Amino acid sequence: MTRVSRLHIPRPPARPGQTPDFSYLQTSPAGAMAQPEVMAAFTDMEYLATGLVRVLDDQHVAVGPWNPHLEPDELQVGLRHMLLTRLFDQRMQTIQRQGRISFYLRSLGEEAVSISQAMALRPDDMLFPGYRNQGLHIARGHSLVDLMCQCLSNTRDMCKGRQMPIMYHWQSGNIFSISGNLATQYPQAVGWAMASALKGEDRIAAAWTGEGSTAEADFHYGMTFAAVYRAPVILNIVNNQWAISSFQGLAGGEQRSFAARGPGYGIPGIRVDGNDFLALHAVTTWAAERARRGGGPTLIESVTYRAAAHSTSDDPARYRPKDDWQAWPLGDPIERLKQHLIALGEWSAQRHEQLARELDAHVAECWKQAQNAGTMTEGPRLDPRTMFEDVFATMPPHLLRQRQQLDQELVAATKDATPT
Amino acid sequence: MPQMNMIQAINSALDVMLERDANVVLMGQDVGYFGGVFRCTDGLQRKYGEPRVLDTPIAEGGIVGAAIGMGVHGLKPVVEIQFADYAYPAFDQIVSELARLRYRTAGEFHAAVTVRMPCGGGIRGGQTHSQSPEGIFTHVCGIKVVMPSNPYDAKGLLISAIEDADPVIFFEPKRIYSGPFDGEHEKAAVPWSAHPKGDVPAGHYSVPLSRAEIVRSGSQVTVVAYGTMVHVAQAAVARSGVDAEIIDLRTLAPLDTDTLCASVNRTGRCVIVHEATRFSGFGAELSATVQETCFWNLLAPIERVTGWDTPYPHAFEWEYFPGPDRVAAAISRVMEAP
Repeated sequence: MTRVSRLHIPRPPARPGQTPDFSYLQTSPAGAMAQPEVMAAFTDMEYLATGLVRVLDDQHVAVGPWNPHLEPDELQVGLRHMLLTRLFDQRMQTIQRQGRISFYLRSLGEEAVSISQAMALRPDDMLFPGYRNQGLHIARGHSLVDLMCQCLSNTRDMCKGRQMPIMYHWQSGNIFSISGNLATQYPQAVGWAMASALKGEDRIAAAWTGEGSTAEADFHYGMTFAAVYRAPVILNIVNNQWAISSFQGLAGGEQRSFAARGPGYGIPGIRVDGNDFLALHAVTTWAAERARRGGGPTLIESVTYRAAAHSTSDDPARYRPKDDWQAWPLGDPIERLKQHLIALGEWSAQRHEQLARELDAHVAECWKQAQNAGTMTEGPRLDPRTMFEDVFATMPPHLLRQRQQLDQELVAATKDATPT
Repeated sequence: MPQMNMIQAINSALDVMLERDANVVLMGQDVGYFGGVFRCTDGLQRKYGEPRVLDTPIAEGGIVGAAIGMGVHGLKPVVEIQFADYAYPAFDQIVSELARLRYRTAGEFHAAVTVRMPCGGGIRGGQTHSQSPEGIFTHVCGIKVVMPSNPYDAKGLLISAIEDADPVIFFEPKRIYSGPFDGEHEKAAVPWSAHPKGDVPAGHYSVPLSRAEIVRSGSQVTVVAYGTMVHVAQAAVARSGVDAEIIDLRTLAPLDTDTLCASVNRTGRCVIVHEATRFSGFGAELSATVQETCFWNLLAPIERVTGWDTPYPHAFEWEYFPGPDRVAAAISRVMEAP
């Protein structure tokens, strides 16, 4: 009898038409995970890499050693930012469907990750986002009009029409540029953090990437450099279970948690409920303090769910059950924080509805303003001649010549278009 | 004036810049305590400390990625990739990130990183320690590409590269680290001390980027080369007896087309020499540029002399290498053209 090797090909537990099945997801009860000392050895906290840090219990009460004890007004700010992110996403999605921007990408269901983590960091800490971290901009107060103008590639676009929608950056807000190539920001964030340490600053860096992108070499470069130099950086994996149609098992999440890669490098790994605003805040605050005190990097895996399509170019109904988010065991981050505030007596369904109306009106008003700077079809348009700028600090002769050539083409086109 | 070989000149450039600018940091595999496998960073860690002359893990993509982050935070990292052949794991970080950061953020972010890498063959390095991948990088917009041919230029160009606001890929032809090798591999090696360009000032000076140098004036043919091939071209010209003008490009991108085309317009003939493979090589760009600009003054078809379109074979490197015979033959052909 011959023995043969077998290829294991990971598959998601349910495909279209089947009942969503999240029995693979390992969770821990709220409050069950101990909180180690900030400067403890990573070997003393390996349980955090396979458990799940949760603070909000099923009765919407904050429990356990990771409870960050935030004031109600901070929680209300967090709720407001998350709701704003969702309403902003919703409107931009509609605008894309109307053909008024070329592309969009929502963060539905994972808003807590960006909002809570940004709020747990200092404004001068440097953030290196992935593409689904629009909440970082919102939490730091980046004008929605500016974000919309970027999506429109109009005359107020921070990228001057050079990037696809959602690839924002914000230098004065300490938020780095989104590349489009995955996980490249990981070693960059580590390098930034190394520079911060070299300069003797106490600013730290934080980077985000999806669980799918942890398969990229750059993830491992970042981890290695962070571990070797004990760089003051927080490396985040947003495990929303899907990389377009690729289930997290295809990125290597089937056998062991993504957070567990941390201890393999000598880095604390913390697996946290990514839909639990309080748990995220506590874990991020802990990691930031560790980094600031010279304790080096932390790897945080936020377990969440990509409730919407990957992007406006994607149709998840072709590869996963419809409405599977309804069955997601960790729920909706906004609903959970809302219920927590209600349980505290600091919020109500009525106030929530009123806030949603206010924010939606604000988003609508911003969209009106954004269009004043031009749309894809109407109003002012960026001068195409600017495409030659910023390739280099100073424009070299060959680009000057090419710009002149384009200029002649544009002048000729204008003449052709002028009625005689 | 002190005499330096190319390794000492590069070391001196790094020394000068570490001294002058507290934001300059060196990083790479083996560059720190050991001083680099080619000794280019010898003694610098002792002088400036471990944080500024940093030994790194063997991960080119990580080295360049981290250098970009440092650059964004205001440092001026000078990265060493141990062999140009090892640059490919860093390709995405160089092409998609380093080269594009200023552009994609409309000038809000940039990283002034210098990436040094020894290149070229003739050292029995086989196919993974002999490549000349400059043409892969000149095709990328947003980075500058430099290849010096002598110690004086190496120091001055490296200082310019580090001081430049844009990222620079700095190729170091390792066959001429210790002497001006002209392709006559059976001859005794000549040291830089016997060459005028081995006289290198000890302090700060710079050689401007994007400025070619006419290393020999002539009237009958323009021979365009860079790196090791400048010396091969000189040997070939001496052998041919033709009154050739030899141009050392020094910076490949952005290219000094004015010096190149003015020369060809004068001589009417052009031979392009590089060690890299031919197909889609940098010579193709040079040939196209000369043809577009100098067509009506050309007396003969433009010739390209290059390495063959094969990997660099360990056992046949001198049959592969575009030595003075191959260059001289091309010069004869353009001179004989009707």
